[in-house]
Amino acid sequence: MKHSSAIWTHCLCTSVCLLTLAACAQEDATLRPGDNDHRTLQEALLTAEPGAVIELAAGRFELDATLSLDVEGVTLRGQGMDDTILDFSSQAPGTGGEGILATADDFTVENLAVENTRGDGIKVEGTTGAAFRSVRVEWTNGPDTNNGAYGLYPVQVTNVLIEDSRVRGASDAGIYVGQSANVVVRRNEAWENVAGIEIENTTGADVYGNRAHGNTGGLLVFSLPELPVKDGRDARVYDNDIVENNLPNFGKEGAIVSTIPAGSGIIVMASDNVELFENRIHRNQNSNLAVISYLSTGRAYNDPGYDPYTEGVYIHDNEFVGGGESPNGDFADAFVALAGGAFPDIVWDGVSNPDKLVAGKVPADLRLYIENNGDADFVNLDLGSVFAGGEPNVSTDLAAHQGSLPAVPQPVDLGAATGGAP
Amino acid sequence: MALRRLAAAALTIAALAGCGAGERGSGQGPFARYPEKLSAWGLFAGELASHIPAARVEPYDLNTALFSDYALKFRFVRLPEGPDGEVEPALYREEGPFEFPVGTVISKTFAYPTDFRVPEEGLRPLETRLLIHEEGGWVGLPYIWNAELTDAELAIVGGPLEASWIDAGGARIEHTYRVPNANQCKTCHRTDGERVLPIGPQAAQLNREYTYADPDGTTLRENQLERWRRIGFLEGAPPAAEAPRAPVWDVAASGSVDERARTWLDINCAHCHNLTGSGRTSGLDLRKDHDNRTRLGVYKHPVAAGLGTGDRVYAVVPGKPDESILVYRLESTHPGIAMPEIGRGLVDVEAVELIRQWILEMEPPGQRERADWVRGSSDPLPPQAAG
Repeated sequence: MKHSSAIWTHCLCTSVCLLTLAACAQEDATLRPGDNDHRTLQEALLTAEPGAVIELAAGRFELDATLSLDVEGVTLRGQGMDDTILDFSSQAPGTGGEGILATADDFTVENLAVENTRGDGIKVEGTTGAAFRSVRVEWTNGPDTNNGAYGLYPVQVTNVLIEDSRVRGASDAGIYVGQSANVVVRRNEAWENVAGIEIENTTGADVYGNRAHGNTGGLLVFSLPELPVKDGRDARVYDNDIVENNLPNFGKEGAIVSTIPAGSGIIVMASDNVELFENRIHRNQNSNLAVISYLSTGRAYNDPGYDPYTEGVYIHDNEFVGGGESPNGDFADAFVALAGGAFPDIVWDGVSNPDKLVAGKVPADLRLYIENNGDADFVNLDLGSVFAGGEPNVSTDLAAHQGSLPAVPQPVDLGAATGGAP
Repeated sequence: MALRRLAAAALTIAALAGCGAGERGSGQGPFARYPEKLSAWGLFAGELASHIPAARVEPYDLNTALFSDYALKFRFVRLPEGPDGEVEPALYREEGPFEFPVGTVISKTFAYPTDFRVPEEGLRPLETRLLIHEEGGWVGLPYIWNAELTDAELAIVGGPLEASWIDAGGARIEHTYRVPNANQCKTCHRTDGERVLPIGPQAAQLNREYTYADPDGTTLRENQLERWRRIGFLEGAPPAAEAPRAPVWDVAASGSVDERARTWLDINCAHCHNLTGSGRTSGLDLRKDHDNRTRLGVYKHPVAAGLGTGDRVYAVVPGKPDESILVYRLESTHPGIAMPEIGRGLVDVEAVELIRQWILEMEPPGQRERADWVRGSSDPLPPQAAG
């Protein structure tokens, strides 16, 4: 490992190793909190050799500006997510929009916490290989409209691993993977965010073993228009606990997640080839699981290349408990008016691409299949008929949704791609 | 006042010199090969702070520049000497930055006058940023001036500098000015998402008059493109009259509100917000030369704005600056809201007025444009233009 140059200034600042220059050049430096933490850490990030491991001691680093990294293969490692804390409470104007911004390939951040950034927590943009491991991003005041937007935020990254991390208080999504490919999100906890986990405009995602609870919406698999990378697909969502995501929405209007009704467990919107299985989806009071097209958001858009339909969704072997008692939002109003009562466990807006119908039917590989989910109930709101100017034929009949889809392909082994989990 | 604070900062730098590293991180790792002092670059003759151009150094100005907390900027370019002993020229491009030869150094000094009502007096340089063109590409280096203003030191970490001045309205301003770190140079200058490139020195921005001072005290007013052609700094350029010319954002006679606003957005935002820069992930494209109004923000939903939406639904709502996220973010200095994200800790009040005017006068989408829209179930199409 190369020495980190920040030890030089650190030595001087603390006056403990002014004895010889050799002491200054000591290898294997661990950076410690001191009197100018931003300088210490930013200098280490600027002068790191490719592949360097930058070790941070336990303690609280007070940071008044974004930390930016543009050297390949760097690992930023603390002593634990409750021990090494990067505190951005004092972040100043004009110093960047996030806590950490990495723009180089193969960045790993692990065993530390990022607290109270004014904007996003940790953003990685436009790279190949990003690993977040045992990281905590938290707005310690809890849910607040003025908290930063995203906690863990890879965007346009190929090969993403987010594991064993915890995010709380994001005013948009706690864990947000946008416009990326080959993604594994596993064993994380997201709570008290507007959206717990959001996989957006992403191709190839395995999302498993996570616990999303106490958010406004637990887990979102979205594909949105007017973005350069479109048409998310191929997601497997399994073995997650999506529990009691009933928090009142505290997002600013304008952001898509601000439209999410409180009490939303899982929402799949406009993404294709999504397999959801063996999840435990409990007591989400609006709806435990919704599958909708973008058209049902009611948001107009201008993006001729965008596909707003949700196609090829396979929901099987999930456990549903409670939930749906307090339908709210536009859908719910429509539903309550038509059918009344609680939302069933699985809500489908019933919107399919009319241009793809064959003899009036959705082709087999584009359908919604629902199998073996215990006593989970279902409703098809048939908004497709409403959009076509007709009356909806609201149906709770699961018979039309028997069957299965081929398994969604598994993304590449990201543990290997990013250096391997210990 | 500000001078004394600058002095304090410089003393700290001196005190830290023992281990060979400046307070703000000089001379380490990949930066070890660069001079610790600005003077070592030999860009200026005589007293460094006077910024008298040395050989093959030309000063220049832009028609519409990036806002940097009201700092005045003094720009220079030095071209390398070719094998024949002559200056090696830059190659003219009608769009985008000129192609400068390897060995080019572009220098920009940021300074505040004591009083903006007499901006030529009492100028105190804060920092000088260099863009140097090496074989492997362009590299950005920040240098911070010492208290005596005798030199500036490499400061790759950047950092805060206390500054104060009297503004154009006579009010005293106290401001913590932020020098960006060396990575942040790249944040803006990696305009195509891959390579670091100059932004300002392009035909339309350089096509203007500049008052050149001769050593004998006389001055000469000349079009920058004409002069660069005349002295062999620029190859392949047409006469200035045939080159594009950007308006000056705050000179009404230089262009329409639309032209001036688009030019201001281009130079202040489009280095990130283009199809390949770091702002591409938002889908917002603020370059001046395209007419896709959705990419320009018109009735475009935000993507990752978070609290930056300010409870507004669209980036730009024609006729309604107070409903436009673009304006909200320009009027904020909150790090989670403000745009640009770096290098701006104050609001550019006058430019925001221009952007407001631009949005106020903007036509709503016309019939043909509306045909491209997909209508949502409850979100009506934007209101049609009257008449």
